[in-house]
Amino acid sequence: MILQPIIKAQGLVKHYGRVVALDHADLELYPGEVLGVIGDNGAGKSTLINRLMGEDQVNAGEILLENKPVSFKNPMEAREAGIETVYQNLAVSPALSISDNMYLGREIRIAGILGKVFRMLDKKTMQQQAREKLSDLGLLTIQNINQAIETLSGGQRQRIAIARATAFNSKLVIMDEPTAALGVKESKLVINLIKDVREQGMPVILISHNMPQVFEVSDRIQILRLGKSVAVVKPETHSMSEAVSIMTGALDPNDHEAGAYCSPHNGN
Amino acid sequence: MRFYPGSSMVSFMSEFLENKTKEDDYNPVGMNTGGEVADFSEKHFSVANKTHRFFHSQPVAAPAIILLTSIIVFGLIVGDRFFHPYNFSLILQQVTIIGILAVAQTLVIMTAGIDLSVGAIMVISSVVMGRLAVDFGFPPVLAIIVGLFVGAFFGGLNGFFIVRFKMPPMIVTLGTWNIIYALNIWYSNSETIRSGDVRDIAPLLQWTGNSFNFLGGRLTFGSILMVIIFVVVWYALNWTPWGRHVYATGDDPEAAALTGIRTDRILMSVYILAGVICAFCGWVIIGRIGAISPASGTTANLDSITAVVIGGTSFFGGRGSIYGALFGALIVGVFRNGLALAGLDVLWQEFTVGALIIIAVAVDQWIRRVGS
Repeated sequence: MILQPIIKAQGLVKHYGRVVALDHADLELYPGEVLGVIGDNGAGKSTLINRLMGEDQVNAGEILLENKPVSFKNPMEAREAGIETVYQNLAVSPALSISDNMYLGREIRIAGILGKVFRMLDKKTMQQQAREKLSDLGLLTIQNINQAIETLSGGQRQRIAIARATAFNSKLVIMDEPTAALGVKESKLVINLIKDVREQGMPVILISHNMPQVFEVSDRIQILRLGKSVAVVKPETHSMSEAVSIMTGALDPNDHEAGAYCSPHNGN
Repeated sequence: MRFYPGSSMVSFMSEFLENKTKEDDYNPVGMNTGGEVADFSEKHFSVANKTHRFFHSQPVAAPAIILLTSIIVFGLIVGDRFFHPYNFSLILQQVTIIGILAVAQTLVIMTAGIDLSVGAIMVISSVVMGRLAVDFGFPPVLAIIVGLFVGAFFGGLNGFFIVRFKMPPMIVTLGTWNIIYALNIWYSNSETIRSGDVRDIAPLLQWTGNSFNFLGGRLTFGSILMVIIFVVVWYALNWTPWGRHVYATGDDPEAAALTGIRTDRILMSVYILAGVICAFCGWVIIGRIGAISPASGTTANLDSITAVVIGGTSFFGGRGSIYGALFGALIVGVFRNGLALAGLDVLWQEFTVGALIIIAVAVDQWIRRVGS
């Protein structure tokens, strides 16, 4: 059986004026894997990811979602297609409750005339489902789903954001620097949670500056350099320092015994 | 446990009482995520700390307590005259204008903005209603509808500059305040439409000033309209997706946009709705004064902000409630009334209102400090 990528981007090009942010970059994400994306500042990480989640338009190239070409005009469209993002700043509203936040932008309204004409929220269903989704993920046994997000710790907020991203029939989750603002202990929780998400079969794209974390949790790691996808490596075949060498251009990935491209799920 | 804006007044009171027990319900589980992140135990919290947590979780508690206390204190000082139903209905009539404008102002302040033009929009709407109905013989109903559209237009104008050109709301509405004021003088020829003329030609315009007996007091239809506006906006804010999006946009616009909320549209809708509410208030002020004067309601602008601030709505957006504005307006009304009945000079009423604002903001800042 040939494994089909969930999402495949090829030949993405993006210029900002005369600056080339993406120079024919590619990306493939396969079912059930965590794909780390690393690269020096300005290597094109954010541009590539922004494109995937519909925040930015590229000058050339295409994106295939489950083999079908897609073009998102905004993050909403990407989300509706099943691409969820956990943002660095979490995109939560601190003063709103947990269930409000989980359903922000996709609220459920009461069936019938109350919902249609008076646009009444179905708070009961939302609260109930939010609770179920949180406990499905083994996240928190929260009794008070109406608790404001601001009363939660950074790690708890992070986990709510991840729960939101995985809860709505999403096909893949993009995590943009999920541990950047967290302490060591809380980062550990998030890394474990990414593993949990993968256990459930949900593929994850993880963008991070934290190399040890990327190496701990990723199945494959895509290395960007100067807007190009120079290599896809595996933690089993490449060491962290080799990855850094590729990232900075000190090592030609083709010189490595494992080659410049590691395909998914081979070997083990 | 935080007073969640969606719950009703009744559940607010019960949550109020249950606050302590609910506090302990939160149970962070580390199971497969390994280790406790947050310890929610309250052992080492001092009284001040607990008080802080209580007010933080119940933002309307402070204005509610102030309102009740002020009613009791003035009742003790002034006595029966204060507690007379007629006096209460008088207070209600006095706060109606500010109360309605405070609804509009709350919506705007909730989005971390401010609207200095609410009073001007109110007056120009009332002038348009009066001119059309009295001077040009429009049917009063049509005149009122056109007046509401005028309110929507100027609200939309504010929204347009704020959304489209990313200008600070304070600057935009400072500008439109002056523009609308000038247009208002121009359109009305700075003439007042006499109360008698309104009564003869378009009595519907003064309907908001008509009153009926209610438990020994007199309730005006304007006050009823105020209550209806409060209920409708409360519903919209707490029971519709739009309301959640208003809160989210005010709280953190970037985060709201990332979750797919079209924050520009939300802001625009807030300013237009605020304009319409001001126009309703224009109708109410005709009933209150009788005549239609381009110079009326000059202090209404700042009074509405006062009510909102005293009601505990944060200037930083995202936090506050519509009944906070009602409490705020009532607190100002009760203080003015009580001080007047106690025989104090008007200037001490102003003094007290000023002190209330500073106290309210100081309390607000203390309450907002999270995690102290």
